[in-house]
Amino acid sequence: MSTDAAGGEEHFAGSNKLFISVWVWLLVLTGFEVFLGYKHLPVIYMLVILMGASIIKAALIVAYFMHLRFERLNLVLTIVPALVICICLMLLVFFPDSFRAKELRYQGPVQPAAESH
Amino acid sequence: MATEAQAITGDWGGGVHPYRVGHRKLGMWLFIMSDSLTFSALLIGYAYVRASNVWPTPFKFYPSIVFSSIMTLVLLSSSLTMVMAVSASSRGQRSRARKWIVATAVLGATFIVLHMIEWRHLIGEGLSPFQLPKEWAEKWPGSTPLFGATFFGITGMHMFHVFSGCIYLLVVAGRVNKLKHEDVEISGLYWHFVDLVWMFVFPMIYILSVDATK
Repeated sequence: MSTDAAGGEEHFAGSNKLFISVWVWLLVLTGFEVFLGYKHLPVIYMLVILMGASIIKAALIVAYFMHLRFERLNLVLTIVPALVICICLMLLVFFPDSFRAKELRYQGPVQPAAESH
Repeated sequence: MATEAQAITGDWGGGVHPYRVGHRKLGMWLFIMSDSLTFSALLIGYAYVRASNVWPTPFKFYPSIVFSSIMTLVLLSSSLTMVMAVSASSRGQRSRARKWIVATAVLGATFIVLHMIEWRHLIGEGLSPFQLPKEWAEKWPGSTPLFGATFFGITGMHMFHVFSGCIYLLVVAGRVNKLKHEDVEISGLYWHFVDLVWMFVFPMIYILSVDATK
């Protein structure tokens, strides 16, 4: 990270070659996701792999296209951790509850338990 | 003395420019943070409804997934043209920057047109926010009618952002000679964010809803 505090500098780090290679990686990851859709893996594997690929794609976009990799550490630490923690908290609260809600759903008539003699 | 103080504060000092970005760019980053939480809440809400219900998986690999993959390709390419615009603007090549920005807006408009074609097809099949097509309801008995609400809600919200972005970019393209480089960069930040959101919408809404039945 640079330590100079000058404002208004019109410098945009990163070459066109770098941006094109990031774009190609994004296309490759998207192609991989589409391939997974074609292969029909079990939904839990699909969810984990797809979210992993999406997080990598998001990181590439934020770091290179949105230029955050070349900004001051102050800005990165102001934006990224708060966002990640908020999203994790939302997941932590809501996602487990969806399984409780699933159990509450009407499952059909209850079968009487076999009588023991 | 001043050198010593600078050495101590290092990256954390910053003086009047703690982030070394203009106030408008900082404002856009804060907007992106809040909008990220909006989309996160929508997608987590979608995951909640999906996990707690019988959920239809109606999208055939061809044409639905192939079509949405083309939409993804268009949006990813628009991000590349936008970063080229910002790069040209940073070198002071305003005319070239304008051409790249217009190309980005055209790709954004193409995405909207493709999305509208897809919506029209699904509405034609009988999908609405609170009702499934009869064929889907028979194929996935007991499935929730909220598929349409989440699908139109999330993709509609995203499409609204793309539409707003196209207008924003056209305004920036028209005034590019009067604006500072940072203003072009800020419009780029917004556009890349719209692309980033689609990187989560595409797998969650489309690829996880591929019809695995023969």
